[in-house]
Amino acid sequence: MNILLNGEARSTTALHIADLIAELGLETRMLAVERNLEVVPKSEYLTIHLKESDRIEIVHMIGGG
Amino acid sequence: MSKDTFKVGTYEFSSRLIVGSGKYKDFATTKLATEASEAEMITVAVRRVNITEAGKENLLDYIDPKKYTILPNTAGCFNAEDAIRTLRLAREAGGWDLVKLEVLGDTQTLYPNVVETIKAAEVLVKEGFQVMVYTNDDPIVATKLEDVGCVAVMPLGNPIGSGRGLANPFNIRVIKERANVPIVVDAGIGTASDAAKALELGADAALINTAIAEAKDECLMAEAMCDAVRAGRKAFLAGRMPKRAFASASSPTEGYIWD
Repeated sequence: MNILLNGEARSTTALHIADLIAELGLETRMLAVERNLEVVPKSEYLTIHLKESDRIEIVHMIGGG
Repeated sequence: MSKDTFKVGTYEFSSRLIVGSGKYKDFATTKLATEASEAEMITVAVRRVNITEAGKENLLDYIDPKKYTILPNTAGCFNAEDAIRTLRLAREAGGWDLVKLEVLGDTQTLYPNVVETIKAAEVLVKEGFQVMVYTNDDPIVATKLEDVGCVAVMPLGNPIGSGRGLANPFNIRVIKERANVPIVVDAGIGTASDAAKALELGADAALINTAIAEAKDECLMAEAMCDAVRAGRKAFLAGRMPKRAFASASSPTEGYIWD
């Protein structure tokens, strides 16, 4: 399946958000995920299934003023 | 006298200095300078995870969210929609509801786009965010942002990162005198005297990033800012003497030996 992840095309076998985070080797602590402009609550990482052409954003906190 | 605390929304702080976490040379310095500042609130930016660098250190490994109130910002947003998306994500990431809204107008001045700022504030307030809002030093806009429901209004002293101090101290005072929410001078402070001046004018707090992060000795400047904010606040509470056109002798004008 092909998705747009953080603005870049990506091919993935991940079924849901939790799979995708694991595939990327990310820790879920202090991350947030947006799917097609909607925030995905952490409680739904296992229940929301990825679909072809989904636009996913994964963000974290960095230094800023 | 009861303890002089800084209350904003449902939060209460001892420190009136809010620091930023940008522009530091490394996370270790960010941590040390933040400790030296004695600030209790620190701003952070929300950005895409670099998916090729999983497992890399993160700012929050150094700045403990249990110890500090994390204030996510919308730096880099040029419209209301992006700012709203950014803060919804921040709230999901860390559960933070106290946020710094800034919607910028252009990259050269980084002046706020007030129209988009107000639009974003209206939505965020309805969604339950406690919005601290970056804005121009315009008293009319400050009142409007308060009316919309922002918990603090944060007029700029000068453009972000310019270090030029307070361009329009009279407006800061006017904004403060009309406000029923805390006023925080955000942006433009370049050195300790600028921070002291902001608090002397009545600002409830100062938000400082570049002046500390770009100092030769970041920790020493952080300490200086801590002292300056305290000194300015004390001077404000003490009530300064009037300015006079002519001299007024400090020693008694009677009992001279030649009288």
